[in-house]
Order: sequence, then structure tokens, then C-alpha cells
Amino acid sequence: MKTKKARLITQTVTYAVLILLFVILTVMINNKSISRTLKGQLIPICSWIVMAVSLNLVVGISGELSLGHAGFMSIGAFSGIIVSGWLLNGFGMEDPALRLFLSILCGGVIAGIFGVLIGIPVLRLRGDYLAIVTLAFGEIIKNVMNCVYVSVEGRSLNWGFLDGNLPGTLLLNGPMGAVKVKTIATFGAGFILVIFSLIVVLNLVNSRSGRAIMAARDNRIAAEAMGINITKYKMMAFVTAAVLAGMAGALYGLSMATLLPTKFSFNESINVLVFVVLGGIGNIPGSIVSATALTILPEKLRFLQNYRMLAYAILLILVMVLGNNPLLKTLWRRLIPGRNREQTGEEMRA
Amino acid sequence: MIFLSNLVNGISLGSIYAIIALGYTMVYGIAKMLNFAHGDVIMVGAYIIFCGAQYWGLPAPVAVLLAMLVCTVLGMTIEKLAYKPLRQATGLAVLITAIGMSYLLQNTALLIWGANPKVFPSPFSTDALHLFGGELVIKPETLITILANVVIMIALSLFISRTKMGKAMRCVSEDRGAAELMGINVNRTISVTFAIGSALAAIAGLLLCSSYPMLQPTTGSMPGIKAFTAAVFGGIGSIPGAMLGGVLLGIIEILGKAYISTELGDAIVFAVLIVVLLVRPTGLLGKPVREKV
Repeated sequence: MKTKKARLITQTVTYAVLILLFVILTVMINNKSISRTLKGQLIPICSWIVMAVSLNLVVGISGELSLGHAGFMSIGAFSGIIVSGWLLNGFGMEDPALRLFLSILCGGVIAGIFGVLIGIPVLRLRGDYLAIVTLAFGEIIKNVMNCVYVSVEGRSLNWGFLDGNLPGTLLLNGPMGAVKVKTIATFGAGFILVIFSLIVVLNLVNSRSGRAIMAARDNRIAAEAMGINITKYKMMAFVTAAVLAGMAGALYGLSMATLLPTKFSFNESINVLVFVVLGGIGNIPGSIVSATALTILPEKLRFLQNYRMLAYAILLILVMVLGNNPLLKTLWRRLIPGRNREQTGEEMRA
Repeated sequence: MIFLSNLVNGISLGSIYAIIALGYTMVYGIAKMLNFAHGDVIMVGAYIIFCGAQYWGLPAPVAVLLAMLVCTVLGMTIEKLAYKPLRQATGLAVLITAIGMSYLLQNTALLIWGANPKVFPSPFSTDALHLFGGELVIKPETLITILANVVIMIALSLFISRTKMGKAMRCVSEDRGAAELMGINVNRTISVTFAIGSALAAIAGLLLCSSYPMLQPTTGSMPGIKAFTAAVFGGIGSIPGAMLGGVLLGIIEILGKAYISTELGDAIVFAVLIVVLLVRPTGLLGKPVREKV
């Protein structure tokens, strides 16, 4: 357990660094001194950060391996796109900021509802079985999204399943996904979402409920004996993560002109999990750093051309193998003495 | 009659899943890890057979043996380089390494063989079997797949229950520490497990691509995920469970696609998995885990 003071310092530093980065990047965008590729990546980076932070809540804080987190992102993205298109076509709401806000909100709420529905059966299981069921839900969501058609005509939304013959403008076109999306997401909105998710997650972790969630993770039976309602607290973490993932999805979806349902596949869930594990399980600032670095990295490796993903794979394996080398671990710990205490707790769990 | 033909196709697809699932379940039982790279070993095996038959002019059985050899070496190398240094690490670290390995294999294949799908020539040249006055047509691939599955099942069961190595495997899967104390070479046992799993992956690659003749670097990943699902379905760590889970999953997938909806085939498979796991949380043939305080 970290002391209250150390925790406060880490949090303040995290927020301060993020705000500083945001200011620098905004200035750079205004000066046009930022590369086009990086500029295009800013909003996706924000959504991947939120994804990583929210998955860390499930995997790190609540201790359940989830392999279907991209499913919630998919739900959020497509509900966000539908809401945005509906507001624009049906109600003539031109103000992009308000539309973006409402879309992200709806994306979060709808993903949260699915989080509850999926959480009820999923959280009855343990360990690898839980992981495989989340994987299954992720695949089901991807598969079902492939068959959904939505169109807007006047103020009414029309739904079709496996049948694209709908009146009005199509917002969602089955396997073709969302086409001609008005990209209203902005970097500022993305930044606010990142800060919002940080506030939510860090406050949850450091609250009474957060301690209950971690107690349930560390020793289920002991926690139950202390009168902690395991299902309630696991559910709390799972649904919060689903809501945040939905919001991240809505932001992501509204930053892309076209979006295929197959985008949010098992591979994306795994990618987010890689962010979480490389950033440190249970380490929220670590998730932010690794999500940012690993989103930029494949682009930076572009000079390797075809060898790009190969290099990424080798890096991933090397980081994992060398990072867990006992010799290097001891060396690392000697170099940074302050880490000693924190790490032992984590290792005892493993 | 259509139903019967679908059923046979389902069993055949399920047999492929079962053979792949064996690799997952054996490695899980013994090394307690999910080897996500297993699906990609299948793809490598299929490519080797393809190259052997198309470019190097090898007769089909030799090409298959070569692929089994390559996959065995590949599986053991992966284990040595990537998984062995992580024996003491957390399960998640191993999982991420396995994912990295899967990317590595896919991208290496992409560099060597390119992204364009290759049409896999069927190595089985005999005519299709016509039953019931030509109403039920069974392709030779289908029949051989089912036969191969049965043979592998029997051979593997005998190996696990009768040989010294099989006994060592059962020991390591039950209690690694105690097995080590009894003088069992745990590292070698794990190596052999990977070798067997990978050799089976080469066979699975052959059967998969003879029935679905499109070969590309991502060929192995979806069957890999489904086979992993099948292993969990039957109870992960249990060999008969992998068999049962694989065959049932194949039948459900084909019948679901035929009678409910083609587009939703995968969703149906995964939905059935969820329902089964809710009723039996450790799979069909998995041992229930008792909790001790």
C-alpha cells in the first residue's frame, strides 16, 4: 500500500504532465509545427488511453482478465455515430461540440447497459473461463454489429437486422459499417475525456469501494468473510470500465470518416491488453504512457516498411522476456530503491 | 439427407477444431499457459505443405512429414526462446509473450509468402463417396479428417496413459513441484508437450486447408480462437474434453450456419459456449475446482 502522501504526489504529477502535454501540443498545432501523422493520431491516442485506463480497472484493480474490451468500444462507437447522425439529420443540431458531448454520453450509457447485461453472467465465472467468455462476448458483438442496419428518416430511427432496405439516410450499413461519418471529434474533447476517465478511475480506486474491489482481488474468501459483497464490487469495476470504453469508442468513431464493425475484433482487445500489461498491471499512469508510446511506435517504425510489424512483435517479446529476467529485475531494483516496497506486494499476489 | 450431409461436414470441421484444441489443452494442462501462437503454427505447417507440394515437387506424404518436422522444431524453439525464460513470471506476462509470438509468426509469413491468398491444392485425389444413390456426397477430405481425428485421439490417449513420458506429463500437470522432486525433468516434459502439440498443428493445417483451400498469413488465427474455445468448452486441460468440445463446436457451427443464419454462425457458436459455461463453469468434462480456505 502506498502512503497517502506518495499517492497524492503521483496523482498530481500525472495530471500536471498531462495538462502540460496538452498545452504544448495545442501550441504546436497552432504553430503548425507538428507532423501530419502525429496530428492525425492525437484523437485515437486519447481513445486508446481511455481504453487502457478502463481495462486496467478490470484487469489490474479488479483482477479479472477481460479479452473482449473492444466489444464495448464497438458498442460505444456505433451508438455514438447513430446519435450524432440522428441529432444532425433529425433535429438539425449543427453545434458540433454539443453533438459530440451527447454522442459520447450516449455511447457511454449504452455500453454501460451492455456492461451490466454481460457482467451478470460473466462475473459468476473465474480465471481463464471468465477470460474466454469475455472473448466470446466480444466476438458476438462484432458479429452482430456486422448485421445491423440503421437509417434516419426525419426524426425517426429505423432499425434493420440482416436487412438493409430502410427508408432515409443509412447511418449504419451492416458489414460496410458506418460510412460518411461527420468527424466532429476534437483533440480538446479527447483530452477532456482522458482527464475525466482518470478522475473517475483514480477516485474509484482510492475510495472505500476501490479498497473493497482490491480486497476481493487479493483474497476472495477473506474479503467475503469481512462482509464485502464480491459480485457488487466486481460489477462496479466492470461496468465503470464498460462505460469508459463506450465513451472512448464514441470519440474514436466520430474521428473516423468510415468505420467497419470488424475493426473492433479480438486483436484490438488484445492490443489494449498489451498496453495495460506493458504499462504495469494496476498502474494507471503506466497505462497512459504505454498506450501513447505503443500507438505512436508502429508509425515511427514505418521506415522499416514491411518489417514494421515484425519489429513490433520482436520488441514486444523482448520487453516481456527481459523485463521478467530475474537478474535484470534485481539490478533495476537496486538502481531505483524506492520501488522496492511497492513491488513486493504485487509479486506476492502473482 | 441435407441434414445428414451437414452433420458430416460439421463433424469434419469439428475434428479439425479438436486436433487444434488438443495442442491448446495439452500445453495448458502442463505449462498452465494459453499458447496463442498455436493457431499460427498451423498456418506455418500449411504453408510448408503448400511449398513442398507446389514448388519443391515433393510427394504429398513427404511434404506432410516435412511440415510436421518443421512445426515440431518451431514449437520447441518458441518454447525455449520465449516461454521458458518466463516460467516464474505471471500468467499475463506469458500471455502477452505468446501474443507477440503470434504477431511474429504472422508477419514473418507475410514477408516470406506475401499477403495474397494461395489456393491450397487438395492432396487427396480420390473421388467423392456417393451414398444413398448419390444423395449424400462425402468428399474424401471430410472422411480423412474424421479418420485422422479418431486415430490421433486413440494414439494420444495410449501415449498419455501407457508410456513413461505420458506418465511424466500427467505428473507435471498435477503438481509441477512434486514432479520435480520425484526426479522428473520438467523442462523436457514441457518441451515434448510443445513438440507433440506442434506436430498435431501441422496435421491440422493440412486438414484445414484441404477443406477450406484459402491459405494466407492469418489463416490460423480464427480456427485457433475457435479451437481454444472448443478446449474451454470441453474443459481445458482435459484431452477427451478437447475432443468432445471440438466436435460439438464444429457441428454447432455448421448446423447454425445452415439452419439459423449464415452471417451469425460465429455468434451462435460463442453464445452456446457462454450458455454451457454458465451451466457448467469448468466446461463439459472439466473437473470442478474445490475452494480451500
